[in-house]
Amino acid sequence: MNKKRDKIIAYIVLAILAVVFVIPLTWVVLASFDTNATLAVSAPSLTLDNYAQVLTNAANLRSFGNGLLMALGTSIFVVIFAMLAAYPLSRFEMRHKKLFMLSMLFMTSLPITTVMVPVFKIFVSVDLYDNRLGIILFMTASSMPYAIWMMKNFMDAVPLSLEEAAWIDGSGKLNGIIRVVMPLMLPGIFTIAIYTFSGAWGNFFVPFILLSTGEKYPASIMLYQFFGQHTVAYGTLAAYSIAYAMPSVILYVITQKWMSKGFGMSGADKG
Amino acid sequence: MEVYKKKNFMGKYIYLVPAVFLMLLFFVWPIILTIYYSFTNLALTGSAASSQEFVGIANYKRMLSDSAVKTSVVTTVIFLIGSVAGQTILGFVIAYLMREKNRIFRRIVGAVVLAAWVMPETVAAICAYTFFTDKGTLNLLLTSGGFGMVSWLFRYPLLSVVLANIWHGTAFSMMVYQSALDNVSGEVAESAMIDGANRLQNLFYITIPIIKDTIMTNTMLITLSTLGTFGMVYTMTSTTVQTLPVFMYIRAFKNYELGYGTAISMLILLIGVIFSIFYVKIQSKDGGK
Repeated sequence: MNKKRDKIIAYIVLAILAVVFVIPLTWVVLASFDTNATLAVSAPSLTLDNYAQVLTNAANLRSFGNGLLMALGTSIFVVIFAMLAAYPLSRFEMRHKKLFMLSMLFMTSLPITTVMVPVFKIFVSVDLYDNRLGIILFMTASSMPYAIWMMKNFMDAVPLSLEEAAWIDGSGKLNGIIRVVMPLMLPGIFTIAIYTFSGAWGNFFVPFILLSTGEKYPASIMLYQFFGQHTVAYGTLAAYSIAYAMPSVILYVITQKWMSKGFGMSGADKG
Repeated sequence: MEVYKKKNFMGKYIYLVPAVFLMLLFFVWPIILTIYYSFTNLALTGSAASSQEFVGIANYKRMLSDSAVKTSVVTTVIFLIGSVAGQTILGFVIAYLMREKNRIFRRIVGAVVLAAWVMPETVAAICAYTFFTDKGTLNLLLTSGGFGMVSWLFRYPLLSVVLANIWHGTAFSMMVYQSALDNVSGEVAESAMIDGANRLQNLFYITIPIIKDTIMTNTMLITLSTLGTFGMVYTMTSTTVQTLPVFMYIRAFKNYELGYGTAISMLILLIGVIFSIFYVKIQSKDGGK
């Protein structure tokens, strides 16, 4: 009897929590379809006008383009460099390997906020301030530690024997990485790429400190400025927010697909 | 492995060069500079801009006597403890209650909690702002329920930010605890039940001790990431709630006192180190039992 009662209570508590979690999101969704949106939740007249307005505005499109450039650039660099770095860490015996991996872990947990003053100073002195490439380089550097950590773990799961077979067939090391190791750890590579992309796409503080020209702003800064204007058109603000959040949502769903497929590569080593 | 050792002894380091170079330049070097600058009067404008000077521990002395620093430290600690406790407890409760429930129900609840987490920081902050603001959804609900309106962001800004941060971050803890709980075997709990343990005893004496390491690791990760939070706090409250990152930003980039700003950064790091040592201590203490 008690068990049944406990179960019902659990369902009720979870349902209440779900409602509480969904309420703050309801506003942004409903308001995005409502041209007369206010700050509170209200039933919308259901139009796509807000989206049309957001997505036809040249400045908005440019901010999405900037964000895309930075996020994509960062994830491409991160994947290539982390892949190269993880290779010897996974395959060779190296002195101080443990120390290196521990410092990667330390750097992963270091709040980026704390190093922004010197980064700003360096960027001004080497002429990378207000430069989109500079943002990419910094975000790549700050994403490297966890990417190397994860990439090494994924690579450790690829059996060495497969690679050796490729060498016997006459492939060089780099060729071995590209032709044998990479295809086998593709799910891992995508996970790291998507994780990095989402992080860069959502990053607010780094471009906020390191950019000063409106034309170079990514979506995160654009949204902040949009929000900061006193006479805000809430409907378009909400539509912009949704449009900006969409890539993160979609990519998250894709990673879930990748991850649930698992790493069923162990069979390749047997036959 | 033998093949590797003999061939190309130096060659293996080449692969590390691009990653290490970037990290040294844009990560390690700034960490070193943060320490160095905190002992200088580096500024963006005025005479100190052209010639920064070594000022010893002047910035640190100034922090000790700066009442705004004290306020900010207190704000940061409340923000940290509130967010971390809220996220871990709520995340655990959701994960725990979700076990053995209807699959579709689990999916819906999970998706709702995750939706708040997947949102970029700025979007989450705007959602939270519209929820708490005077004419926002929360007050609409309160007034239509017959209660009075409350100026949440004006009267309880820190509470609002903490709640917003819990809302935004709980999904991470939920996922961590879900996978940890999946690995707790049902048999242990069952045998305890037979021995007469009730559900709560079961939870506190069996389940929680089993996944203790996960709880500690998760708590530490959240603490460190919450410590650096800027966008959420700054977007929601501008400068009303001055956690240390916001305070650092104001001093360094609005008042152009870069040297003093880095001293505040060092304070942030110190708080991170203190919390880390605390967690490691607890973990190793209980591990010895």
